[in-house]
Order: sequence, then C-alpha cells, then structure tokens
Amino acid sequence: MSTLAVHDHGVAHHEEGHEHHHDTFLTKYVFSQDHKMIAKQFLITGITMAVIAMLLSILFRIQLAYPDKSFPLLETLLGRFAPEGRLDPEFYLSLVTIHGTIMVFFVLTAGLSGTFSNLLIPLQVGARDMASPFLNMLSYWFFFTACVIMLSSFFVQKGPAGGGWTIYPPLSALPTAMKGSGLGMTLWLISMVCFVASSLMGGINYVSTVLNMRTKGMDLWKMPLTIWAFFLTAILGVLSFPVLVAGVVLLIFDRSFGTSFYLSDIVVNGQVMPFEGGSPILFQHLFWFLGHPEVYIVIMPAMGISSEIMSVNSRKPIFGYHAMVYSLIGITVLSFIVWGHHMFITGMNPFLGGVFMITTLIIAVPSAVKTFNWLATLWRGNIRFTPAMLFAIGMVSFFISGGITGIFLGNAALDINLHDTYFVVAHFHLVMGSAAIFGMLAGVYHWFPKMFGRMMDEKLGYLHFWLTFIGAYLVFFPMHFMGLDGVPRRYYAFTEFASMQRWLSVNMFITWAAIMSACAQVAFLYNFISSIFFGKKATQNPWQANTLEWTTPVEHLHGNWPGEIPSVYRWPYDYSKPGAEEDYILQTTPLSQTMSSNLPHDFEDNPAGLEALNKWTSTQKANEEVK
Amino acid sequence: MAFKKIIDSKKLLASLAVFMLLGTNVLMAQTVTADAAAKPGVNWLSVGYYVLLFVLISIAIGVVGKILRVYDLSQQIQGKKGTNWNNIMGTICLIFMVVGLSAAFWDITEQGSMTLPEAASKHGVKIDAMFLTTTCITLFVFVITQILLFSFLFRYKHSDKRRAYFLPHNNTIEKVWTIIPAIVLTVLVIFGFFTWQEVENSSPVKGDINIDVTGHQFAWEIRYAGPDGILGKKDFRLTAGANKLGIDFKDKNSMDDLQADTLVLPVNKVIRLNIFAQDVIHSVYMPHFRVQQNAVPGLPTFFKFTPTITTEEMRRKVDDPKFEYLLYCNKICGSSHYNMQRVVRVVTEGEYNQWLAKQKPYLTPALRTELKLAAADQKKSITQNRLALNN
Ligand code: HEM
Ligand SMILES: [Cu+2]
Ligand SMILES: [Cu+2]
Repeated sequence: MSTLAVHDHGVAHHEEGHEHHHDTFLTKYVFSQDHKMIAKQFLITGITMAVIAMLLSILFRIQLAYPDKSFPLLETLLGRFAPEGRLDPEFYLSLVTIHGTIMVFFVLTAGLSGTFSNLLIPLQVGARDMASPFLNMLSYWFFFTACVIMLSSFFVQKGPAGGGWTIYPPLSALPTAMKGSGLGMTLWLISMVCFVASSLMGGINYVSTVLNMRTKGMDLWKMPLTIWAFFLTAILGVLSFPVLVAGVVLLIFDRSFGTSFYLSDIVVNGQVMPFEGGSPILFQHLFWFLGHPEVYIVIMPAMGISSEIMSVNSRKPIFGYHAMVYSLIGITVLSFIVWGHHMFITGMNPFLGGVFMITTLIIAVPSAVKTFNWLATLWRGNIRFTPAMLFAIGMVSFFISGGITGIFLGNAALDINLHDTYFVVAHFHLVMGSAAIFGMLAGVYHWFPKMFGRMMDEKLGYLHFWLTFIGAYLVFFPMHFMGLDGVPRRYYAFTEFASMQRWLSVNMFITWAAIMSACAQVAFLYNFISSIFFGKKATQNPWQANTLEWTTPVEHLHGNWPGEIPSVYRWPYDYSKPGAEEDYILQTTPLSQTMSSNLPHDFEDNPAGLEALNKWTSTQKANEEVK
Repeated sequence: MAFKKIIDSKKLLASLAVFMLLGTNVLMAQTVTADAAAKPGVNWLSVGYYVLLFVLISIAIGVVGKILRVYDLSQQIQGKKGTNWNNIMGTICLIFMVVGLSAAFWDITEQGSMTLPEAASKHGVKIDAMFLTTTCITLFVFVITQILLFSFLFRYKHSDKRRAYFLPHNNTIEKVWTIIPAIVLTVLVIFGFFTWQEVENSSPVKGDINIDVTGHQFAWEIRYAGPDGILGKKDFRLTAGANKLGIDFKDKNSMDDLQADTLVLPVNKVIRLNIFAQDVIHSVYMPHFRVQQNAVPGLPTFFKFTPTITTEEMRRKVDDPKFEYLLYCNKICGSSHYNMQRVVRVVTEGEYNQWLAKQKPYLTPALRTELKLAAADQKKSITQNRLALNN
C-alpha cells in the first residue's frame, strides 16, 4: 500500500489558516496559485474560446450553404475578409484552420484537461494543492498568452494562418503560396510554442501530484477513473507535445532562416526556389506523432469523466474497473504507434502503411471494451437523469457512432478513397469533437457545485442537452455520405463540380442544424453565468457520490480540507452495495463501520480483515439461529 | 393560478406565430426589392427580425420554465410529488432511439444512394467488397450498441423503490467482449492488409502506360510519352518560361513527349500515373476509380490501376449523358483548391490511339526558340547542354 501520500506539511500549513492570510484581488483571482481558482480560469477561458470557434464555424457553414449568395452583413462585420458580402476563399481556409486549432488545442486540450485535472486531481486524491502551484499558475498564463496570440492573428493584414490545423508544409512554409502563410502563420507557430509550454507545465504537475501526493490509503487501485484518465493523459502529453515543438521549430527555421528541412524541388509561380533535400513527409511524421496521441489526450479525460458520472448516476459501480484502467493504459501505449494512419496515401512507404494499419485496428479493441463496460454499467442500474448524466450518455453514443467509422479509415485500402473527404470530417467530429465536448459539458454540470458552490438549473440543462445532442447528429451524420460520394473537405464552395452541387440541399440542412445547435448553447451560457451568481446553494454532496472531493466544505478554502486530510479505505465505486444502509459509501468510510455490507472481495490483500469478516458473519448467523 | 399562466403563454405563442408569419411576409417582399437594387446594403430589417425571433423564442422558453416551476410548487403544496423528470427523460431516450434509428435508416437509403457508383477499376472492385463487409459488421455493432444504450436508459430509469444491482465485474463476459472484437478486427486487418499490398504493389512492368500528372497552384499538367512510349527526365531547376514542367530536353526521350488537357485512358490497360507537385502538396483524387495519391514536391509518387468501364458505359449505367470521370485535388493547397480539376475519359484502345496521335508535343516551336534548338538538334547536343546548365 502506498504511504507516500501522507504529508504533514499540509496540515501544518493549514494551522496558520487561510483567514490570516490576506489575498488581494490580484493574488486571488488573477495570479492565483490555488488549483481550484486556476481550474476556473481554464474553464472560463476555454468556454470563451469555444464560443469564438463555434462562431467561426457558423461563418464558414453559411458560405457552404449559400455559396452564391451575398450577405452584406458579413462585409460590415469582417471588412476586407468578406468583400461584397462574400467570404474570401483564403479567409474561408483561415476560418477552418483557426476553428480546428482552437477546438482541438485550446478547448478540448487546455479547456478540458486544464479545468478538470486542476480541479479534481488534488480534490480526488486528497492533496492540499498541486505539486507546484507556481508552475500551475504559469501554465495558465502561458495558455492565456497563446490564446491572445492566436486571436490576434485576425488583426494582421493578410489574416490568420490558413493551411488547415495540420499546417502541412510547403503550403505553410512558403509565404507566397497563400495569404494565410504570411504573418498569420508566424503567429500561429508562436502561439503553439506557448501552448505546448503551458501544457507541459500542466502535465508535469498532474503526473507528480498523482504520483506523490495521494492521501493515506489512496493507492493507485483506489483512484477514481477520472484520476487515472487525467494521469495517463498527462503522460501522453508530456511525451508527445515536445515532438510537435521540434516540428514547429524546424518549420520556423524553414520559414525564416532559409533552411530546407521540409522543402525540396519547389517552383512557385514559375519561380525556382533554392530549397533542396528536405522532405514534407518529415513534417507529417513529426506532426502526427503528436497529432494522434493528441486525439486521445482529448478523449481520455472525457472518458474518465463520463465513467465517473455514469457510475454515480446509475448508482452502480463502474463495470470492470480494472478493465477500464487497463484499456486506458492500452490506449495510451498504442496511441504512440499508430500515427501513420493519417499518412497512408501521402507517399509514405506502403509497407509502413500496412504496419500502421495493423496497430490502428488493434487500438479499436480497448476502445470497444470501454464501450461495452459502459453499457454494462447502465445495465440494471437505478439511473438518475441529471444533465451531467445525459451528457455522459451522449458522449458514449457519439463515441460509438464515430469510433465505428474509424474501422473504415484505419483500413489503408479503404482509406485510399476516404482520406480527406467529408467522411473523415464526420468521423472525427463525432468521435472527438462531439464526444469530448459532451464529456466536458458533463463535467461542468457535475462539478459546478464544487467549483462555484451553487447548482445549475436542471431544466435548462435538459433543453441544452437535447438540442445539442440532436443537432450534432443532424450536422455530422449526413457528412458520411458526402464523403462516400467523394466530396473533399476544405473546399470553399461546391459550385464547380456538377457531382457536388447535388449536395447543396444537404449542406443547407447541415448549416441550419448547426445554427440551431449554436443557439442552444445560449441556454448553457445563460445557465452557467446566472447560476454562478444566483444558482441554488449547493449542499456538500449533492449527487451522493463517494469520492473525496465531496468531503470538502462547500465554501472553498486554501488547502481544501479544514482539518486533517481524510484517509481512504475503499475504492470509489461502492454504490448500492447489498447490506449497506444507503446506496453509497464514501471512500473515507472504514470497512469496520460497514460490516453488514462487506464482501470477501474487499479483503483481497488483507487476511486479517478477511478473518474479522468471517468471524462477524458467523456470529451474525449464530444470532439469527438463536432468534 | 397556473391555468392563467398557461393562457398567457398561449397568447404569447400565438403572437409569436403571427409575428413569424408577418415577418416572413415582409422579408419576402424585401428580397424582391433588394434584388432590384444594384448593390444591396445590409438588410437591417431582416437582421432585426432574426434577433427579435430569437429573443421571443427565449422568452417563450423562459415562460414555459416558469410555468413548470409553478406547477411543481403547487403540486408540492398539495403534498403530491412534482414532475418526475426521470420518467420523462427515460421516455425521451426511448423515443430518440426509435426516431433516431429510423432517421439513420432513412438517411442511409436516401443519401446512401447518392454516393459513388460502382468502382470503375480492377482494384476498386476489391476495395468495394471490403467496404461492404466492413459496413455490414459495423452497422450491426452500431445498431445493437445504440439500442442497448438507450433501452437500458429507459428500462432502468430511477425509482425510489429499487436499488441498483451491485455488479463490479464479471471476468468471463469481459474476456468474451475483448476477444470477439479482437477476432473480428484481425479478420478485417488480414483482408485489408492483403488488399492494400495488392493495390500498392506496383513494380514497373513493360507495357504499362506511363502518364505524368503534375500539380501546381491551381491546375494539373498531364504529360504522355510520345511514340517511343518513354517519358523523358525532368529537373525542377530547368523550369522557366515555356518549359513549365522543367523537362530535360537533353534526354532524347523528352523530345516526343505530349501534352494534353484531358486525361484519356484506354480501357482495361494498366495505367501508371507518375505523380509530381511543383509548389505545395496536392492530391490526385479520382474517386470513381478508387484512386488517391498525394503529389508531394520533392517526392515523386505513383499509382497503378486498370480502368474497366469506359465513360460511355458509365454514362449509361448512371443514366446521365453528361457524366464525366474527374480528377481533382484533395489536399488543401490554397485559394483555388476547390476548383482544380481535369476531366478523365476512359475510351477503347482504338479511340485512345487516335486521340493520342492528335496531341501536341511539349517541345513547341516557341520552346524550341527559347531553348535555341534547331529542328534536328541531335547534332547540337553540346550547345543544348550548355543551355540547360545556364538555365
Ligand atoms: C476506433 C478507433 C479509431 C480508429 C481506428 C481511427 C482511425 C482514424 C484514421 C485512420 C484516421 C485518418 C483518416 C484520414 O485522414 O484519412 C482518423 C482521423 C482522425 N481521427 Fe480517428 N480513429 C479512431 C478513433 C478516434 C478517436 C477516439 C479520436 C479522438 C478522440 C479520433 C480522432 C481523429 C481525428 C481528429 C482525425 C482527423 C485528423 C485530420 O485529418 O484532421 N479518432 N482516425
Ligand atoms: Cu489518428
Ligand atoms: Cu491542389
């Protein structure tokens, strides 16, 4: 059993008390080093970025639905980027690029991991704060800087980066190749370096907190699945993000210092360029070595959050806890060796393609196991439909729908015709975009009382859920068929091909579904903001959950627990245990207090306890016989 | 009390409906007048209309919310239980499942029929077979899992009388559902692997028809070998003026190379596309043949395939006299990425030979003068050498 986690210093620290310790506005809300405040900073920045990225997507959806129509309002709003009320083709590409970048990195990586790892790791493992609160604060401010730089690129003359969120060179390396490869791309690259710095500082903190600062009794196999997920996500990030930096730095060199890492044999507009000997494929390897783990960095926290919420609200232990952990570990390890499936047809050696195909389809196995375990968790549960629960369920539904198309894409032979079509867009928006956003929203609804001490409105939550859930399916489901008809992604308009004009009505439908879903987010924003100030006051454990964060007082204090940090005696999923009084047993309840519900299984590595249990059961039996 | 509210909200809803009708009418009238104007300004009226519509809908939702709250409160005062949201949500889940699956089914038949026609190449048929197998398996899993998910939600919705069944794990069933997907995926991988090897295995064979396709912003250049059947060498450093592909005319094989606007292919012959890019990455995408390969600057790639259906036949099959096979760009490459296409025409061998005979050589008179080449330049190859170097 791990006893690393007992720390007296925390207690000592607390004795001085937070009351004596006067926080100024600046240290409390801005340069805060308290993990709960930093979590809120990440969340609110993340939500802001999500709203911006969503609005960008509505802009380009309008273009796709009405390619021939002029909207003078757009010119009023966007100026030179929409001359005559129609989006400029290069600005369209910039919109797509920045939408993707913000959603993948700023919302679903920083917004998701940043919020919930920061909030839950100390609270659920029983620590007073992160291993390094200062680094934690820096992590947020680097993230914030990255956001500002990324958005500032809308204000440069030629507009933001435009090569797609994957920024493949030579397109991104040659400023003459498109407007979006000018200053906007430089800003993109700088922003990304700041972002990676932020996410490394965060990741190192999460890993070390989980490894070193668990409370007494909290051995690894007693950690909630959320913590397992955040922990493995952080490891994934720490190992893969540096590779992106390497790729980005070499690209900066190629752009600004005349090197040829990625460039060779290039003639732009009839002008022979001096680059020789580089390889564009090298960039793709470096990018996807991060890029693929990145998609799991996005989904694993969502998986952890959903597992936890589904268990709490089904009033049932998560089914196959060990299998859940091992499949997370399996995904973590495998996700490092599948990146080539994004490159089947880029000119990579076909033999390598074959190998990557094998590893890719292997990774579907742990994903399938997780899905089945979620279903088994619901089976014979006693399901409470809180908004958080609905979003967790939505996450599972999306994960299934989108994961299944991964089987097609992972098959190199099928990918020949599907690569870079709307089929891929449908795949990753369901499995990553929608599923991870739903995981994140589930987390917001569930832990809102912990963050703000108040409850969100349930009915608005229901409305938000159904509109978004249906809307997302309406948006992404038809895209599969466009892909199967060979309609490419990242096309400014489908007007030039007779075969694609047929899809115009579908595009219009998708756009209106997207607008409807976007409007539904107003319900969320209103709910979120008004509940912070006027929501119903939360009780200490509003969901009757077992985990440690619900043993802290509703009012936040620096150091989390007023007295000693509680010790942990059991796993986090003792819901509806037969023989127990209530349908939940806190992790802090010792087995000795729950004799009537203990099972031999609870004493696997504790023979003395088992003996006590046997003794207890036999006396119980004897008593009954007497009666 | 609540009753009155409902009447109120009815009024509200009615006025909403009236407003929408009127608004749309006004808007329709607006668009007509707007069409007449040369350069329409921002139509603030319609903007205002949409904003107002949104606000009204929000208010309506707010009113409904209030009514629900009042109703719940009055129930509580009377000592009854409020609305049972667990039952409502459980039921909606079930409805969603039924409606959702039917909609998905409808979509699959309706839009599924808009997808690509049968493969027009030899390897494409194999890919389509794999696709069908994969679709059947995955669709089955999709339907089963979604049905389980939503029917569990309905079946096991909360009840105060019941407790959940404490079931932390069951090793047997977990092994089963690890091993079954593993086996299915192994089968798919094995078939996929061999199909992939077959499609990509393209060691050069004599008699293959070699065609160069070069992508640049924003067009495709197509180069056929002349009568000698061999394409001459290229060097990007030679790109200048009329020699836009950088063809190396020191190489005798270059002299008779032909340029074309259309990619014309003889049916049932092995075609080897040699794929190049000059500036940024492009992608040769010919979905009807299940062909795609990126065009990468500095990294020549190729794709070998055998077209099996002529354009004429395909026109009959899809019942569209204007049908054309297309080659288009499928890797983001800049502003006109969305319009970078060439027509591909599959014809009989006879037609192909006739057509080829009519194509113009790359070595146009203009290029000849540019490169200072005389008609019979074999003898002057020395000067040519120097020229090439100077370029
Ligand atoms: C069931 C397992 C999965 C398999 C076999 C799989 C396979 C693939 C393959 C082969 C591609 C490349 C398609 C192409 O560009 O032609 C792809 C794209 C993608 N996948 Fe998955 N995937 C799986 C699950 C996931 C998950 C869980 C996520 C994220 C949470 C994800 C996110 C993405 C993204 C973002 C892309 C598109 C990247 C881009 O080109 O912009 N996938 N997937
Ligand atoms: Cu991937
Ligand atoms: Cu292109």
